[in-house]
Amino acid sequence: MLLDEYARVAGEDVIEHLRQLARPLAGKRLVNVNSTREGGGVAEILRKLVPLAQELGIDAQWEVIAGSPEFYECTKAMHNALQGNPVRIPEELLKVYEETNRANAEALHDKLADADVVFIHDPQPAPLIGYVARRTGRWVWRCHIDASQPYRPVWKYLRDFVAPYDASVFSLAGFTQAMPHPEYVIPPSIDPLSAKNIDLPWHEVAATCHGFGIDVDRPLVVQISRFDHFKDPVGVIEAYRLAKAYIPQLQVVLAGGGAADDPEGDVVFAETRAAAADDPDIHVLALPPDAHRTVNALQRAAHIGMQKSTREGFGLTVTEAMWKGKPVIGGDVGGIRLQVIDHHTGFRVNSPEGASLRIRYLLHQPKKIRAMGWKAREFVRENFLVTRQLREYLTLCVGLLHGATERIELV
Amino acid sequence: MSVDSAPPFSIRDCALLSIATGWRIYTLGELRAGVAAADDETIYFHFWGSLLQPRFEEREFNNDFAAWIRHDLHDAKLAEQVAVVDPREFPNLGVLKSELLDLIDERLVEAEYLHFSRSVRPFEFMRAQIVVFGTDKSVTNPEQLGELVPQLSVSSIFYHFIDARRRVPTAGDDFSAWLANFGETGTRLCDRLAQVDPYFIPLTILRDQLAAIFAEELGGDHAAR
Repeated sequence: MLLDEYARVAGEDVIEHLRQLARPLAGKRLVNVNSTREGGGVAEILRKLVPLAQELGIDAQWEVIAGSPEFYECTKAMHNALQGNPVRIPEELLKVYEETNRANAEALHDKLADADVVFIHDPQPAPLIGYVARRTGRWVWRCHIDASQPYRPVWKYLRDFVAPYDASVFSLAGFTQAMPHPEYVIPPSIDPLSAKNIDLPWHEVAATCHGFGIDVDRPLVVQISRFDHFKDPVGVIEAYRLAKAYIPQLQVVLAGGGAADDPEGDVVFAETRAAAADDPDIHVLALPPDAHRTVNALQRAAHIGMQKSTREGFGLTVTEAMWKGKPVIGGDVGGIRLQVIDHHTGFRVNSPEGASLRIRYLLHQPKKIRAMGWKAREFVRENFLVTRQLREYLTLCVGLLHGATERIELV
Repeated sequence: MSVDSAPPFSIRDCALLSIATGWRIYTLGELRAGVAAADDETIYFHFWGSLLQPRFEEREFNNDFAAWIRHDLHDAKLAEQVAVVDPREFPNLGVLKSELLDLIDERLVEAEYLHFSRSVRPFEFMRAQIVVFGTDKSVTNPEQLGELVPQLSVSSIFYHFIDARRRVPTAGDDFSAWLANFGETGTRLCDRLAQVDPYFIPLTILRDQLAAIFAEELGGDHAAR
């Protein structure tokens, strides 16, 4: 049983709690819809949330919408605009966006119309609600993006699609926008039993690093993320260069998998390679979306995790690095603020200079690296495992199906 | 009620959700206005709700207002004053709110520049939604309760020992309300439980403290996990 496996990591009381909470939802159909099965944090978490909910007796399902390259070009632009980039999306791309949703709604109509609760993830499938006329259940828009300061014209366009939902969910309170329905705040989570997070033998970690020419006996800083301007990979290289002057043995890894819905990755990857030039201690790695054990090994080989984002939804790669007992140097943005606590689980920084300073600070104090890494792992165990997120989704479903009052007594 | 007629104590559990109110403020004056307009669920969330939220356990401040005043508004004095406000000392959340407003008003008179200080990051007013559900567990005497406490989820501890303060204000918590049926043993346990300060510790530590009290008073090894 999957639940038994999670009980060993998260605790039996946590699983018992889930079982009790799921009772009123037994047999209910809960459908999740997003835009990709591979790559990105949403697909990763759905891969475990759905089977876990099924084991709890809920008829949980996961559907993926299909779209053309133009559709993904549009939704990527939308994603960037929600994160504050002033992107003007051409009218013809918006037409593709709406038409793609209309076609997908037709294909998924029967599954969505009768579902008790439908979770629509991110902007890609947001208009589906408008094309499922006779829906009977509750619809929730789950926004995984830092939409705290969206580019207004694009938000205004998207808002018309999400306003009719019964509720929305954001990762942080600061990401919410004025809406005519309740806005829940549920941080995301990681799956401790996935290939990306499960314990690995050291020989596998060393072999993976060796394959990339990384020396596991020298200091290593690792940033795992998509090649995206908001992740500031070039800023990481600047930080590395500033620190390298003091720590000549330093190495840095910038590794990321592309996602099927991210056409911009190639451009940023090329920029990062150019910034790395011919420095043999900078490893810029484009990994396939299923390279989970490789990512796991790189994070475990690291002395320090890095996530120098200038915009961030939640930053699940931060959570992953912390779960592996690594202190993290992260940008002072989004969900990184919730996870990286200065001097406890890592450091928040605002510039390449700040990142380089903290690299030097930590690498000169191995005991602090160990102590902060231990705290980071325990912090994740208590707060950011998939079991906690599932609990909050179940609570939300119970709340929606019982009328969203302040207090719901099921006894 | 005699010991014989005491009903079984049914263990309940709860889950708490955070709901954004959409109200973001940047100055102390705006904070005052927000607190004045806030309903009980919002005050409850910012004083107690964070115990069940994903937060770093070694919290510098025990309520969200104090943390924001210190870290974002950078007023150490008011932050300290608000931090020591113990919600247990107030008969209800309305009175607690009045105390908070008094502190803000006094500080605004004392330090006029705070009328103009603006934080970079807003304070986000939130409210809580709580779902309460039954478990299969129940006990019929204090010894059974003592054995069960170390195994309870932290949210169950929250429900019976903290949330109960709103439901059974005279008894203080659900455990004490029930233990009062058990004569001298019950009274001793109630007295000890009344001394526990749940406001300044994480729920895991609170659970350990409660388990230790049962173990000490009942003589068994009920605290062992």
